[in-house]
Amino acid sequence: MTLQLLREVAERVHPPRALFVPFRHGYPLDSPNEPTRQHAVLEAALRLLEDPSLVPPVLIDYSPPHGT
Amino acid sequence: MGEMAEFPLHVRLFMKGYRWRRIDPVPWAPLLKPLAECRVALVSSAGFVEPGQQPFDDSVRGGDVSFRDISSDIDPGALIDTHRSESFDHNGMQRDPNLAFPIERLRELVSQKRIGSVNHRHLSFMGSITAPGRLVRDTAPEAARRLAADGVDVALLVPV
Repeated sequence: MTLQLLREVAERVHPPRALFVPFRHGYPLDSPNEPTRQHAVLEAALRLLEDPSLVPPVLIDYSPPHGT
Repeated sequence: MGEMAEFPLHVRLFMKGYRWRRIDPVPWAPLLKPLAECRVALVSSAGFVEPGQQPFDDSVRGGDVSFRDISSDIDPGALIDTHRSESFDHNGMQRDPNLAFPIERLRELVSQKRIGSVNHRHLSFMGSITAPGRLVRDTAPEAARRLAADGVDVALLVPV
Protein backbone atom coordinates (compact mmCIF):
# COMPACT_ATOMS: atom_id res chain seq x y z
CA MET A 1 0.00 0.00 0.00
CA THR A 2 1.57 3.28 -1.03
CA LEU A 3 0.68 6.91 -0.85
CA GLN A 4 1.38 8.70 -4.11
CA LEU A 5 2.14 12.37 -4.66
CA LEU A 6 2.44 12.40 -8.44
CA ARG A 7 -0.48 10.87 -10.30
CA GLU A 8 1.43 10.62 -13.57
CA VAL A 9 4.14 8.55 -11.91
CA ALA A 10 1.62 6.06 -10.54
CA GLU A 11 -0.02 5.84 -13.95
CA ARG A 12 3.29 4.93 -15.51
CA VAL A 13 4.76 2.69 -12.81
CA HIS A 14 1.61 0.80 -11.75
CA PRO A 15 2.12 0.21 -8.02
CA PRO A 16 -0.38 -2.45 -6.88
CA ARG A 17 -2.28 -0.21 -4.45
CA ALA A 18 -1.82 3.54 -4.50
CA LEU A 19 -3.72 6.35 -2.85
CA PHE A 20 -3.10 9.58 -4.73
CA VAL A 21 -2.99 12.39 -2.19
CA PRO A 22 -3.47 16.00 -3.36
CA PHE A 23 -0.67 17.45 -1.27
CA ARG A 24 2.61 19.03 -2.20
CA HIS A 25 5.88 17.16 -1.94
CA GLY A 26 7.11 16.83 1.60
CA TYR A 27 3.53 16.70 2.92
CA PRO A 28 2.24 13.18 2.18
CA LEU A 29 -0.06 13.12 5.22
CA ASP A 30 -1.53 16.55 4.61
CA SER A 31 -0.32 18.84 7.39
CA PRO A 32 2.17 18.81 10.26
CA ASN A 33 0.85 18.61 13.80
CA GLU A 34 -2.65 17.81 12.54
CA PRO A 35 -3.37 14.28 13.82
CA THR A 36 -6.98 14.32 12.63
CA ARG A 37 -5.95 15.15 9.07
CA GLN A 38 -3.17 12.59 9.17
CA HIS A 39 -5.55 9.94 10.44
CA ALA A 40 -7.96 10.72 7.63
CA VAL A 41 -5.27 9.93 5.06
CA LEU A 42 -4.32 6.72 6.84
CA GLU A 43 -7.92 5.63 7.11
CA ALA A 44 -8.41 6.10 3.37
CA ALA A 45 -5.31 4.00 2.75
CA LEU A 46 -6.50 1.25 5.08
CA ARG A 47 -9.85 1.12 3.33
CA LEU A 48 -8.10 0.29 0.07
CA LEU A 49 -6.73 -2.78 1.77
CA GLU A 50 -10.17 -3.83 2.92
CA ASP A 51 -11.99 -3.43 -0.39
CA PRO A 52 -12.20 -6.87 -2.03
CA SER A 53 -13.60 -5.42 -5.25
CA LEU A 54 -10.40 -3.63 -6.24
CA VAL A 55 -8.35 -4.99 -9.11
CA PRO A 56 -4.66 -4.09 -9.52
CA PRO A 57 -3.21 -1.68 -10.34
CA VAL A 58 -5.32 0.38 -7.95
CA LEU A 59 -5.02 4.17 -8.07
CA ILE A 60 -7.61 5.98 -5.99
CA ASP A 61 -7.88 9.73 -5.47
CA TYR A 62 -7.96 10.90 -1.88
CA SER A 63 -10.45 13.58 -0.97
CA PRO A 64 -9.91 15.22 2.40
CA PRO A 65 -13.14 14.97 4.40
CA HIS A 66 -14.98 18.20 5.09
CA GLY A 67 -14.22 19.70 8.45
CA THR A 68 -10.69 18.35 8.75
CA MET B 1 -1.31 19.22 -4.87
CA GLY B 2 1.76 17.20 -5.82
CA GLU B 3 2.65 18.42 -9.29
CA MET B 4 5.69 18.46 -11.53
CA ALA B 5 5.34 22.25 -11.49
CA GLU B 6 6.59 22.25 -7.89
CA PHE B 7 10.04 21.27 -9.05
CA PRO B 8 12.83 23.46 -10.42
CA LEU B 9 13.16 23.51 -14.20
CA HIS B 10 16.13 21.15 -14.32
CA VAL B 11 14.22 18.57 -12.26
CA ARG B 12 11.11 18.91 -14.43
CA LEU B 13 13.17 18.37 -17.57
CA PHE B 14 14.86 15.35 -16.03
CA MET B 15 11.57 13.81 -14.96
CA LYS B 16 9.95 14.49 -18.32
CA GLY B 17 12.56 12.37 -20.05
CA TYR B 18 12.98 9.83 -17.30
CA ARG B 19 12.40 6.20 -18.24
CA TRP B 20 9.98 5.14 -15.52
CA ARG B 21 9.99 1.41 -14.90
CA ARG B 22 6.56 -0.13 -15.11
CA ILE B 23 5.76 -2.95 -12.70
CA ASP B 24 4.61 -5.79 -14.90
CA PRO B 25 3.01 -8.05 -13.95
CA VAL B 26 1.53 -6.16 -11.04
CA PRO B 27 1.79 -8.27 -7.88
CA TRP B 28 -1.25 -8.52 -5.66
CA ALA B 29 -1.47 -9.56 -2.04
CA PRO B 30 -5.06 -9.60 -0.79
CA LEU B 31 -5.67 -8.93 2.85
CA LEU B 32 -6.15 -12.33 4.45
CA LYS B 33 -7.41 -11.27 7.85
CA PRO B 34 -9.06 -8.29 9.50
CA LEU B 35 -6.91 -5.19 9.88
CA ALA B 36 -7.57 -5.37 13.59
CA GLU B 37 -5.40 -8.50 13.57
CA CYS B 38 -2.71 -7.18 11.22
CA ARG B 39 0.83 -6.11 12.02
CA VAL B 40 1.77 -2.90 10.23
CA ALA B 41 5.15 -1.43 9.30
CA LEU B 42 6.13 1.89 7.77
CA VAL B 43 8.43 2.25 4.79
CA SER B 44 9.31 5.89 4.35
CA SER B 45 11.47 7.56 1.73
CA ALA B 46 11.91 10.73 3.80
CA GLY B 47 15.55 9.98 4.56
CA PHE B 48 15.05 9.87 8.33
CA VAL B 49 17.71 8.25 10.49
CA GLU B 50 17.90 7.61 14.21
CA PRO B 51 20.55 9.38 16.29
CA GLY B 52 23.82 7.54 15.79
CA GLN B 53 22.89 6.03 12.45
CA GLN B 54 24.81 6.79 9.28
CA PRO B 55 23.15 9.60 7.34
CA PHE B 56 22.12 8.86 3.78
CA ASP B 57 24.80 9.65 1.24
CA ASP B 58 23.95 12.07 -1.52
CA SER B 59 27.32 11.53 -3.16
CA VAL B 60 26.31 8.07 -4.42
CA ARG B 61 25.77 8.31 -8.14
CA GLY B 62 22.20 7.44 -9.04
CA GLY B 63 21.10 7.68 -5.42
CA ASP B 64 21.74 5.96 -2.11
CA VAL B 65 19.74 2.71 -2.21
CA SER B 66 20.51 1.70 1.37
CA PHE B 67 17.95 1.74 4.14
CA ARG B 68 17.89 2.05 7.92
CA ASP B 69 15.88 0.17 10.50
CA ILE B 70 13.88 2.57 12.65
CA SER B 71 12.82 1.25 16.05
CA SER B 72 9.12 1.23 16.72
CA ASP B 73 9.57 2.94 20.07
CA ILE B 74 11.42 5.87 18.54
CA ASP B 75 10.47 9.31 19.71
CA PRO B 76 9.58 10.86 16.34
CA GLY B 77 11.06 14.12 17.52
CA ALA B 78 14.44 12.38 17.65
CA LEU B 79 14.38 11.42 13.97
CA ILE B 80 16.93 13.27 11.87
CA ASP B 81 16.10 14.40 8.36
CA THR B 82 19.07 13.49 6.17
CA HIS B 83 17.24 13.63 2.85
CA ARG B 84 19.50 15.71 0.65
CA SER B 85 16.98 16.74 -2.00
CA GLU B 86 16.30 20.43 -2.29
CA SER B 87 13.35 19.77 -4.59
CA PHE B 88 10.77 19.69 -1.84
CA ASP B 89 9.97 21.61 1.32
CA HIS B 90 11.43 19.86 4.37
CA ASN B 91 9.92 22.26 6.86
CA GLY B 92 6.72 20.33 7.59
CA MET B 93 8.33 16.95 8.28
CA GLN B 94 11.03 18.57 10.36
CA ARG B 95 8.36 20.20 12.53
CA ASP B 96 6.35 16.98 12.72
CA PRO B 97 8.05 13.78 11.49
CA ASN B 98 4.65 12.04 11.61
CA LEU B 99 3.91 13.91 8.42
CA ALA B 100 6.20 11.48 6.57
CA PHE B 101 6.75 8.81 9.23
CA PRO B 102 3.41 8.50 11.04
CA ILE B 103 4.53 6.31 13.89
CA GLU B 104 2.42 8.07 16.51
CA ARG B 105 -0.63 7.73 14.27
CA LEU B 106 -0.02 3.97 14.02
CA ARG B 107 0.23 3.68 17.79
CA GLU B 108 -3.10 5.46 18.05
CA LEU B 109 -4.63 3.09 15.51
CA VAL B 110 -3.55 0.20 17.71
CA SER B 111 -5.14 1.87 20.72
CA GLN B 112 -8.33 2.26 18.69
CA LYS B 113 -8.08 -1.42 17.66
CA ARG B 114 -8.19 -0.36 14.01
CA ILE B 115 -4.97 -2.28 13.40
CA GLY B 116 -3.58 -5.16 15.39
CA SER B 117 -0.03 -4.09 16.14
CA VAL B 118 2.90 -1.99 15.04
CA ASN B 119 5.98 -3.91 13.93
CA HIS B 120 9.04 -3.60 16.13
CA ARG B 121 10.92 -1.88 13.31
CA HIS B 122 10.24 0.23 10.27
CA LEU B 123 12.34 1.02 7.23
CA SER B 124 13.70 4.33 6.10
CA PHE B 125 15.00 5.05 2.62
CA MET B 126 16.08 8.26 0.98
CA GLY B 127 14.16 8.90 -2.23
CA SER B 128 15.55 10.68 -5.27
CA ILE B 129 17.01 7.39 -6.53
CA THR B 130 17.44 7.99 -10.23
CA ALA B 131 19.21 4.70 -11.00
CA PRO B 132 17.08 2.12 -9.17
CA GLY B 133 18.75 -1.03 -10.51
CA ARG B 134 20.44 -1.96 -7.22
CA LEU B 135 17.33 -0.99 -5.29
CA VAL B 136 15.18 -3.32 -7.40
CA ARG B 137 17.75 -6.13 -7.39
CA ASP B 138 19.13 -5.95 -3.86
CA THR B 139 17.85 -3.62 -1.20
CA ALA B 140 14.10 -3.62 -1.88
CA PRO B 141 13.94 -7.45 -1.82
CA GLU B 142 16.02 -7.45 1.37
CA ALA B 143 13.64 -4.92 2.91
CA ALA B 144 10.67 -7.07 1.93
CA ARG B 145 12.35 -10.18 3.34
CA ARG B 146 12.93 -8.47 6.68
CA LEU B 147 9.34 -7.36 6.99
CA ALA B 148 8.04 -10.76 5.92
CA ALA B 149 10.31 -12.43 8.50
CA ASP B 150 8.88 -10.07 11.11
CA GLY B 151 5.40 -11.29 10.28
CA VAL B 152 4.30 -7.95 8.87
CA ASP B 153 0.91 -8.11 7.17
CA VAL B 154 0.75 -4.53 5.88
CA ALA B 155 3.56 -2.25 4.73
CA LEU B 156 2.59 1.37 4.33
CA LEU B 157 4.88 3.17 1.89
CA VAL B 158 5.12 6.90 2.48
CA PRO B 159 6.96 8.96 -0.14
CA VAL B 160 7.85 12.62 0.20
